[in-house]
Amino acid sequence: MRYLSNVSTLEYDHSKCTGCRMCTQVCPHGVFEMEGKKARITDRDLCMECGACMKNCAFGAIIVQSGVGCAAALIKGMVTGDASCGCSDGDDKTSGCC
Amino acid sequence: MKTRPKEASGGCCEGSQAKTECCPPKAEAGPLRTDSVLAWKDTFAHLRCRVGSYRTKYLVKPGLYALGNPGKDSDVFVTANYGLSFNKLRAALAGLDAWILVLDTKGINVWCAAGKGTFGTEELVKRIFATQLFGMVSHRRLILPQLGGPGVAAHEVKRQTGFRVIYGPVKASDLKSFISAGYKATPSMRKVGFDIVDRVVLTPMELRPAMKGLVIFALIALVAAGLSPSGISWNGAAVYGFPLVILGALSVIAGAFLTPLLLPWVPFRSFALKGWLVGFVTVFVSGLFLDGPSSIYLDMAKYIFFPLASSYVALQFTGSTVYTGISGVKRELRYSIPVYIAGTVISFALLVAFKITEWGLS
Repeated sequence: MRYLSNVSTLEYDHSKCTGCRMCTQVCPHGVFEMEGKKARITDRDLCMECGACMKNCAFGAIIVQSGVGCAAALIKGMVTGDASCGCSDGDDKTSGCC
Repeated sequence: MKTRPKEASGGCCEGSQAKTECCPPKAEAGPLRTDSVLAWKDTFAHLRCRVGSYRTKYLVKPGLYALGNPGKDSDVFVTANYGLSFNKLRAALAGLDAWILVLDTKGINVWCAAGKGTFGTEELVKRIFATQLFGMVSHRRLILPQLGGPGVAAHEVKRQTGFRVIYGPVKASDLKSFISAGYKATPSMRKVGFDIVDRVVLTPMELRPAMKGLVIFALIALVAAGLSPSGISWNGAAVYGFPLVILGALSVIAGAFLTPLLLPWVPFRSFALKGWLVGFVTVFVSGLFLDGPSSIYLDMAKYIFFPLASSYVALQFTGSTVYTGISGVKRELRYSIPVYIAGTVISFALLVAFKITEWGLS
């Protein structure tokens, strides 16, 4: 299954990669793979912007504007200004997602 | 001579200000015990988590647990303190002697908690110190669920504690193969799946919040249908209102159940469009069975409003899928919200036009 094309904010700086492989391990959609001694992006459109790669890249080679792609939380944000996913506070509007 | 600050009053260990540098967190009283048996009670609890608010109350006490008879060289598996997460992990480790380190994620599962940061570097480091893990094991490796990645920076954990984070497979059920392969995950273990069972178990929690909207809609529809120049007509409410309520219920089912169920087979990538299409087909098919009074205004309103309602409900499912990102959802909302508002206004105007012709004729 694929989501919308050309929307992911994923950016990868090839020159900063040290080939530690962490991004290939944490990505749940196989967006990174090893090519020789460095990682490369297979398909940016598979990226769901969870931010695991950026968080685990010790060398700052990956930047992505991560967040939870939850319409309920985003709509709540438009109304109340707080777009946090309400999964932890028993908020019925958004408690379904997690 | 330096003295340790007293804990009685005003000490640095007071309240949330407590810092590890100033006074080490109080050692927890030894590891807790657990087993890998899932009793019927656990299975029943899992079911309750899937259908209602029990999910927010199904918590495990954070801390270090001993599964079997773990020793100094036994693996340490890290998880969230959501009962469902903890149970899946301990059941997957049946027959092993292992440590389970449960982080305080406020009862939220690993992936969502990682997204929020509660399953995160800070909590993990804190928990390692609090449970005195250094003394419990002689090695320095932790096995984390892969989906904890958005919250945990492996290199930071290593720097702060000396423990090396090994990301295990996405699913706990793959853990044994992962371990026997020498802590190596196959590419398929690294990918998160979303098959029909994965999707269907999520639908009760899509239907529930949508039901609230349905009740409000039903009240408005029945009152509007029953409104007549001489007050509320019960006959009008029943004849015109009831089919609308049925269509409302069908739209909820289309958006919250049929769309997730048929997700890979419904055309379009946009959830708003998927939901709209399923809703449109549902309204069309139900029109073949629902026998109601016909009116061009009412029919137009039906075909405008109900597919949009289904679309709106289906869009909420983006929060539950494993592959929709925030940028895509934002783009969908940018296009769809104005359409939803316009559609509702037009439908209402058509309903008013219908009422005017109805009253004019009577």
